[in-house]
Amino acid sequence: MAGKTLFDKIWDAHVVEQIEDGPSVVYIDQHLIHEVTSPQAFAGLDARGLKVLRTNRTVATPDHNVPTIDQDKPIRDDLSRFQVDKLTENCERHGVTLYGLNHPYQGIVHVVGPQLGITQPGMTIVCGDSHTSTHGAFGSVAFGIGTSEVEMVLATQCLMQSKAKRMRITVDGELGPGVGAKDIILYIIAQITASGGTGYFVEYAGSAFRNLTMEGRMTVCNMSIEMGARGGLIAPDETTFEYIRGREFAPKGADFDAAVAKWRELYTDADAVFDAELHFDAADIEPMITYGTNPGMGVKVTGNVPNLSDIEESGRTSFSKSLEYMGLVPGELLLGKQVDYVFVGSCTNGRIEDLRAVAQFVKGKKKADNITAWIVPGSKQVEKQAQEEGLVAILEEAGFMLRQPGCSACLAMNEDKIPKGKYAVSTSNRNFEGRQGPGARTMLASPITAAAVAVTGKIVDPRDL
Amino acid sequence: MAREKFQKVHSSAVPVHIENVDTDQIIPARFLKATTRDGFGENLFRDWRYDGNNQPIADFALNNPIYSGDILVSGKNFGCGSSREHAAWAITDYGFKVVVSSFFADIFKNNALNNGLLPVQVSDAFLAQIFEAIEADSKATFTVDLEAQTFTIDATGASASFEINSYKKECMLNGYDDIDYLLSLKDKIEEFEKKRA
Repeated sequence: MAGKTLFDKIWDAHVVEQIEDGPSVVYIDQHLIHEVTSPQAFAGLDARGLKVLRTNRTVATPDHNVPTIDQDKPIRDDLSRFQVDKLTENCERHGVTLYGLNHPYQGIVHVVGPQLGITQPGMTIVCGDSHTSTHGAFGSVAFGIGTSEVEMVLATQCLMQSKAKRMRITVDGELGPGVGAKDIILYIIAQITASGGTGYFVEYAGSAFRNLTMEGRMTVCNMSIEMGARGGLIAPDETTFEYIRGREFAPKGADFDAAVAKWRELYTDADAVFDAELHFDAADIEPMITYGTNPGMGVKVTGNVPNLSDIEESGRTSFSKSLEYMGLVPGELLLGKQVDYVFVGSCTNGRIEDLRAVAQFVKGKKKADNITAWIVPGSKQVEKQAQEEGLVAILEEAGFMLRQPGCSACLAMNEDKIPKGKYAVSTSNRNFEGRQGPGARTMLASPITAAAVAVTGKIVDPRDL
Repeated sequence: MAREKFQKVHSSAVPVHIENVDTDQIIPARFLKATTRDGFGENLFRDWRYDGNNQPIADFALNNPIYSGDILVSGKNFGCGSSREHAAWAITDYGFKVVVSSFFADIFKNNALNNGLLPVQVSDAFLAQIFEAIEADSKATFTVDLEAQTFTIDATGASASFEINSYKKECMLNGYDDIDYLLSLKDKIEEFEKKRA
């Protein structure tokens, strides 16, 4: 019998019941909740007279619609305030741990889980948010769910899910200078399209991922959903164990050693078979940027927008619609194009390492006059660390506006919106029409590329600076 | 709590002939601040349906009076992006019972099924035939038979079968919720927890 993939090992260990020609009943180790996709789930519990089954496996924090200034004052937007208050009320009533606004642990749910040591290898983790795939960086099976499913997990700690197919994406070799985790994942999505991973759970393997820090691995796994994959994961190793060691909710002392011994068994067997295998060479990857309105529409930053003839005939109408929205023409060179906003933040690139990279790049420089530069730490802890390390001073000196933690302009649910028609180079994960505000034109890139754009005011190859 | 049972659908369709329709287009994030499941239909495809001054954009299918019906037809990779179930709520609240595409994003498909909205996946070629039938006659009707798992273009009689696992089919036909089933497994779940502890 062939060996098992890492995904199979974790999945199979969590199946409570298998329904014939139907989904598996899967046990969930950790449930993360936030204000936007949980109120209807709590209302469902109330209607049935149920309580949250396992409060010790549930953690909440508001992130999606919170303002990123004046967080110590009442939220001005009535609907946002009501939704955040509702989360507080629901958590209190059900005894769920909440890191509310101004709590030192508040932040974007996918930044909070890992940095507190809540996210651990071998776990099943869900959240009513598609970027839950982020946690796969630790060798866990983590994926986003809808609100009906949030209700199921609150009520039963289980979900009904059809098992995904298995895909392995191997990237071997050394990354060039100025090329990072974000460029790897944007490159992969550009190669396989925004739906190339649909139906699959992806394992990332090879030296390019092994050599990444945990922050970099989180950036990669975070965007698994942008190729349509159910989730992505990376087998845990010494880098993983060292990251977890000593964190608030990580096992301590002998318990930690015992946990690590178990975590070492989390790898894909040599003879395991995947439903799909893809290989890429790290040396082919350059700093990337997107030009269109889905994350698969990316090119190297020195590249041109594709010509209509490069696009499959059935996709040409959508391609043209996309370019029209972006105010770009087929074949156009992106270098030198003027940009209006730079946004550094989100669950993709709002971690301390991202802030360090940007600070290091802009140290002693000033942002260009035509640029509005926002930097939004992923959590209160990231914010604190950035202050202690002197990054905040460097960034403010360079003309960046440092805001308070939240999802912010990644999805523009709060006031942090890019105005209509303006170009934003963004470290977030989606360039959909209107994602960063009605009419906003988003170009996704790495923190270093975003920093280079902030300094020059236009699309630029960060390696030239 | 039982849902409405899914009956055979016989209806004309509304064509949104665009690929990669993401959930931010189906329901933009700024409309996700509600705490109930109602009323999202009003903002379905908001930024394609209305301009910056809240005036209807005439050439968008939902604003075109020649189109109507219980079936939404759209290009491949429908429902990609965010996991927001609000997308399924917006589509059902607007009045659709079926969404047809040649490819669906996984989370959207689950969310649809959990709300009694049937995602029907057909081949690219058959999807093209559906669009052609609507173009030829905006009132062209289609028959969606979940029991038989077929989607038929009434005018030509062309029919395609679609996949759905037998568990989910049963749930749709009978109006069952997953949560009712999960609640019935209480003992089994506790046993599982004990075994792993």
